[in-house]
Amino acid sequence: MSFPKPAFTPSEPIAVDLREPPPGPFAGLARRASATAAAVLPPALTLLIILVVWQLLCGDSYEGLPSPSRIWSESRELIVDPFFDRGGVDKGLFWHILTSLRRVALGFSISAVCGVLLGVLIGANRWAHRGLDPIFQVLRTVPPLAWLPISLAAFHEANPSALFVIFVTSIWPIIINTAVGVRNIPEDYVNVARVLRLSPAEYVFKILLPATTPYIFTGLRIGVGMSWLAIVASEMLLGGVGVGFFIWDQYNASRISDIVVALAWVGLTGFFLDRIVALAGRIVSRGSALS
Amino acid sequence: MAKAYLSIEGVGVTFQKGASKSEVLRDIDLQVDQGEFVSLIGHSGCGKSTLLNVVAGLIPATTGAVILDREAVEAPGPERAVVFQNHSLLPWLSVQENVRLAVDKVFAGKKSAAERRDWTLHNLDLVKMTQARDKRPSEISGGMKQRVGIARVLAMQPKVLLLDEPFGALDALTRAHLQDSVMEIQTALRNTVLMITHDVDEAVLLSDRIVMMTNGPRATIGDILAVDLARPRDRLAVAGNPTYVGTRASVIEFLYARRAA
Repeated sequence: MSFPKPAFTPSEPIAVDLREPPPGPFAGLARRASATAAAVLPPALTLLIILVVWQLLCGDSYEGLPSPSRIWSESRELIVDPFFDRGGVDKGLFWHILTSLRRVALGFSISAVCGVLLGVLIGANRWAHRGLDPIFQVLRTVPPLAWLPISLAAFHEANPSALFVIFVTSIWPIIINTAVGVRNIPEDYVNVARVLRLSPAEYVFKILLPATTPYIFTGLRIGVGMSWLAIVASEMLLGGVGVGFFIWDQYNASRISDIVVALAWVGLTGFFLDRIVALAGRIVSRGSALS
Repeated sequence: MAKAYLSIEGVGVTFQKGASKSEVLRDIDLQVDQGEFVSLIGHSGCGKSTLLNVVAGLIPATTGAVILDREAVEAPGPERAVVFQNHSLLPWLSVQENVRLAVDKVFAGKKSAAERRDWTLHNLDLVKMTQARDKRPSEISGGMKQRVGIARVLAMQPKVLLLDEPFGALDALTRAHLQDSVMEIQTALRNTVLMITHDVDEAVLLSDRIVMMTNGPRATIGDILAVDLARPRDRLAVAGNPTYVGTRASVIEFLYARRAA
């Protein structure tokens, strides 16, 4: 089996600068340096302490959890070069993560669109709310992996099944938050719309969506986190490719060190996904909508 | 009988929630002439806001009708523009965009885009908010927000301006400032205005007539008082004027001495 190479570069989503530009050349630089240090040093120090304690606890034993030094010696290639590709499933973690990310991007996009539409519907229409909300409240508690057998039975293939699991996992928080946002639109804005005689379409685009944006993005943030949880778990069962499969494959090969490295990648990717959605929310609501 | 410009005829409002009914307003009759500035004053909870919302069309009258310029009021519309107590500007739009939204809606097809832009700026200029036109509501003070709210309403060129305690949430100095602005604008434009207030001085200073409402429930108009002061009025000059002092005393007398009746 071979897989097409992705077209975009890895650093793209990560390189977004979240901080404001400094006001002056030198004063700003110093302030920014100290702010960066204040943000980076504490977690770096904590990480160091964890690694030291971990090393002391696990030592050099070959049983159970490998120590940091053993992970380094056993999985150095995996850590240093995430981009190697020797065909089949023998490739760097970057490619596995990328495959999983593509699935999440597709599944999550579908659930974002459907979730916002359904959320607006049950937020704006009392009968839709009464009819659908109890069902959604029950369905949203179903764990992601419980959907997998059903979706495999329905789609027969791994890829659409994975997409469906992502969709069905991440849609609930989007629906529920959007609906709450729509129901919480201040009476004043509604009155303004009524006095201006805005048409339903104008109301949706000029009042409803901007007023609901912070809620929608809260839902999207929770949703993207959940879909990342779902994809890693479902790939373990579906096999083929993706970071979830990689972890399962390494477990079967008893390469626990590789799993630890993969977990670090999974965690960091999830973190950046969350940050990207949060940043998008801030840009879209232009930092001004009530929050 | 010659009909007044704005005519409130036998309006009563009863809210019904389940089995419990509460009659808020009863038998309100009020005629307002074109260009007249009328204040509604009364204790909290007497239904002043309800009456204003009926005129705006936001709340339907249970009995009676509101007739504006020979047309019955049935739904909200831009010819009866409201300045809400808490400004109700849209926080995701700039000052200019907030006014522009109303201008675009009211003058769609009647004015070109350039004319609508100029008209927006003209109205911001009236309330002295041209400087802050690109700011967002969260970046300006309460008094400035209320100014923008007034500009938005003026820009709609309504037949009647409805002000729901427009200065209620402001400090005394800002309030005086805004009252002066409103008087200036009123002198220039001669709008028909219906304003709710708690403030006796504000009512006497700004109004041609003061409508005093009895306490709710089942509130109605207790008395109507004409304010016989020449315009333009000056806050300082008017303060010692016997008519001003007399009118003020009658309103206070109504609100505090006759409230039991």
